Amino acid sequence: MTRMVWRRMLSSLFVGACAIAVLVALVPLAFVLFFVLSRGVQALNLDFFTHMPLPVGESGGGMANSIVGTLILTGLAALMAVPVGVMSGVYLSEFPGSRFTSIVRFAADTLNGVPSIVIGVFAYGVAVLPFRQFSALAGGLALGIMMIPIIARTTEELLLLVPGALREGALALGATRARAVFTVIVPAALPGIITGIVLALARVAGETAPLLFTSFNNRFFTTELTQPISSVTVQVFTYAISPYEDWQRQAWAGALVLVTIVFICSLMARLATSRVADMRGR
Amino acid sequence: MKFPFGSVQSMVQMPLRSLCATIVVVCVTACGGNSSEPASTSGAAGASASGNVQINGAGATFPYPIYSKWFSEYNKLYPEVQINYQSIGSGGGIRQLTNQTVFFGATDGPMTDEQMKSAPGPILHLPAVLGAVVPVYNVPGIEGELKFSGSLIADIYLGTVKTWDDPAIAKLNPGVKLPATDITVVHRSDGSGTTYIFVDFLSKTSPAFKKKVGVNTSVNWPAGVGGKGNEGVAGLVSQTPGSIGYVELIYALQNKISFGAVQNLAGEFVKASVDAVTKAAEGAAASMPSDFRVSITNAPGAGAYPISSFTWILLYEAPKDAASSRIMVDFMRWALTDGQKQATELGYAQLPSAVVQMEMAALDRVKVS
Amino acid sequence: MRSRDIGFRLSTGAFAFVLASIVVAIGFELSRQSMLSIQKFGFDFWRTSTWDPVAGQFGALPFIWGTLYSSILALLIATPVAIGIAVFISELCPRILRTPLVFLTELLAAIPSIVYGLWGIFVLVPAVRSLEIALPDSLRALPLFSGPPLGVGMLSAALILAVMVVPFTSTVAREVLRTVPLAQREAAYALGATQFEAIRAAIFYARTGIVGAVMLGFGRALGETMAVTMVIGNNPQVSASLFAPQYTMAAVIANEFTEAADELYLAALVEIGLVLFIITLVVNGLSRGLIWTMAGRKSGRAAA
Repeated sequence: MTRMVWRRMLSSLFVGACAIAVLVALVPLAFVLFFVLSRGVQALNLDFFTHMPLPVGESGGGMANSIVGTLILTGLAALMAVPVGVMSGVYLSEFPGSRFTSIVRFAADTLNGVPSIVIGVFAYGVAVLPFRQFSALAGGLALGIMMIPIIARTTEELLLLVPGALREGALALGATRARAVFTVIVPAALPGIITGIVLALARVAGETAPLLFTSFNNRFFTTELTQPISSVTVQVFTYAISPYEDWQRQAWAGALVLVTIVFICSLMARLATSRVADMRGR
Repeated sequence: MKFPFGSVQSMVQMPLRSLCATIVVVCVTACGGNSSEPASTSGAAGASASGNVQINGAGATFPYPIYSKWFSEYNKLYPEVQINYQSIGSGGGIRQLTNQTVFFGATDGPMTDEQMKSAPGPILHLPAVLGAVVPVYNVPGIEGELKFSGSLIADIYLGTVKTWDDPAIAKLNPGVKLPATDITVVHRSDGSGTTYIFVDFLSKTSPAFKKKVGVNTSVNWPAGVGGKGNEGVAGLVSQTPGSIGYVELIYALQNKISFGAVQNLAGEFVKASVDAVTKAAEGAAASMPSDFRVSITNAPGAGAYPISSFTWILLYEAPKDAASSRIMVDFMRWALTDGQKQATELGYAQLPSAVVQMEMAALDRVKVS
Repeated sequence: MRSRDIGFRLSTGAFAFVLASIVVAIGFELSRQSMLSIQKFGFDFWRTSTWDPVAGQFGALPFIWGTLYSSILALLIATPVAIGIAVFISELCPRILRTPLVFLTELLAAIPSIVYGLWGIFVLVPAVRSLEIALPDSLRALPLFSGPPLGVGMLSAALILAVMVVPFTSTVAREVLRTVPLAQREAAYALGATQFEAIRAAIFYARTGIVGAVMLGFGRALGETMAVTMVIGNNPQVSASLFAPQYTMAAVIANEFTEAADELYLAALVEIGLVLFIITLVVNGLSRGLIWTMAGRKSGRAAA
């Protein structure tokens, strides 16, 4: 009988430990969010979104150029990554058996695991050095490479969630495989695919390392794709390690903006994927 | 067999096709140039549709406060001119200028002959302002200022002087009650002009240091801990009892850390100030070489602060982009005259007028058309 | 297969080919750019610890050490927590809590590295410093805690890495646990097992996949850049002390890449990138392999 008691105790202990693990993980989250919110809100104002950075010693100013820069960079990245990613995803889900498919799938997972700083070094080599120019294009290339595998794998996963009956119906009606995929299966999974794209965008919008030596930074507002361009993340980094309190405050405001973007994207993703999952009834 | 793409295209329709076309263009422009020659117009500057001209520069962090002030003021005077300066370190400034990824560079240590040779064209060093590096320390129980000599600091950084009550320190500071605390040496972890100036001075005053460490923007330190940037070093020193570090004067003043007086060539112990830096520069102005590559650490003359330095802006003498060159030369003339007046309030010393005149003449050599 | 389907296969396959060739291109470009350093130092690059740009001597041992040490420490902290969360969410949690918890862990994973770094500089490092100061002298004498209490250093880096790795590992581990057949658990309960015993059996069943999840987290930690470089102290030294400022491979690239003043210096940094690339390739390959083997038993496709 004591053995039973012991087993029960051990079991409760284990359950308790798991619950504690959850709390342990959520404590830093709460801490990070608390500081980003409290310090960020203090520093955030309309100027932050509409004004340019000011030189050392003048207080105020904002990150208007960096915000536009981040939008341009992620836009460029999406332009490159969405077609490659979605089409690769279609390929992976439609031709699951072949040797080439496992190679591509492995490549996608590998690429997903390559440290972003390494992708930055690569982009510097192929898109900065040959042109003797830091540029928004080089930054977009680095971020795009990071997005491709995320989009490819989500697209694949979500296409596989589409009920087989839909495909069989289309094929039975005499549609070619391409027609079945692009008129029936992809549209059915579209909310999920878009979610994957949004999540990938959110991830690269928060990237700093690959931008340090590709898109570099710019004190001024620019929309020239062949010029260095500012981004919120690089600007936050510059400000964070500066000795000026004014700049450090701006770094917190920038962090708040980044976290808000991530939060909204994750929330959207959660809602959209739950809809796709519901469709399949799980 | 029918043409296989027909059905796909009808399905994918225009949006995807135009996207693909764009991607091809982006990929070609972004990846295609591996083997191509450097772009014929130096790509580092360009005019946008709105008529704005953007010039990119990068380099030293040491003069960053004054440069950011200058470029901002100049943009107010001439709104179409945007000079984008990023403080990535002196080594980086030289590197990116040599690679022609920026139009101008900035450094606190002059380029070596070897570096000049590896650049694709002759480079002009233009002194912009002067600054000082100070030894900062955090020794519990010591209120007043400590006195250092170059060889003493060198021995501390070599790790041969290990505690604050070492006889070598006591000898220079009679009457100061020194604690037996261990010395924690703090240095820069990144490549830095501040490091260059500091080790340049130490190498001049200590043969052992010159032999073991040498002079560069980043060196292999035999002892101590590294902080990133002036602020990183300032932070570590103020938080670590028993530590010593070196930072640019303005950072010591801003962070209210004690800094010591340093013995100059004339044997006086001088505390860093704008005046003492100017005195060091005056001695050097008389013997300024025509390429401006001169070290003024350990400068002769009464009252001269020994760890002083010019900080330089680097320009190609014959850049391919003449329009940007003209703007940059105009800016330099402004910086050497009106711009100098803003130096003192930010803790930098103005250039001696003799040096300014020499530079004005040198600027005439820069190709602007 | 109809001929039109071949066209479809070729056109989508072309994009897939682009994806695969990017990985090859990265490897090729990094090798090309680091050739100078590879030829000059050979294997010594990985065995020596002098990082001296003045003399043109580059040895990467301290960076490898710092990378492995910080990542392994982070794993030691993160793994139990991550598995605890995975078990809690997939086995124990009331249904109503599941979605919010999954969302929160995902949010934890999605917060940008730079934000963790900012938080690290201004919140974590001062806290770690007070902790280090409060440590009794008898413990400070141990090599594990030697050196001045700086705050920045290995401990801060490991802590921040652990926070960043937990959601990643727990998500994959959760997916893996989900592939354990329900019947397996029901059988355990039917034999009179307690909750712990049933879950232990499930974990045992999923062990390969869980090891894969942990390794995937390890791969993440190895390449993490911004948050680490902001708190680790950036000093290339091989030290066992948790308080010592050290350096990682990713951090040295971020700090010195734009300022490397000569070709050899740059090549040495790219070589560090190349090795980081190869290490993550191997670690990811192994972990994916493990997860696939595990997941393959049930559904024949990846869980991650």
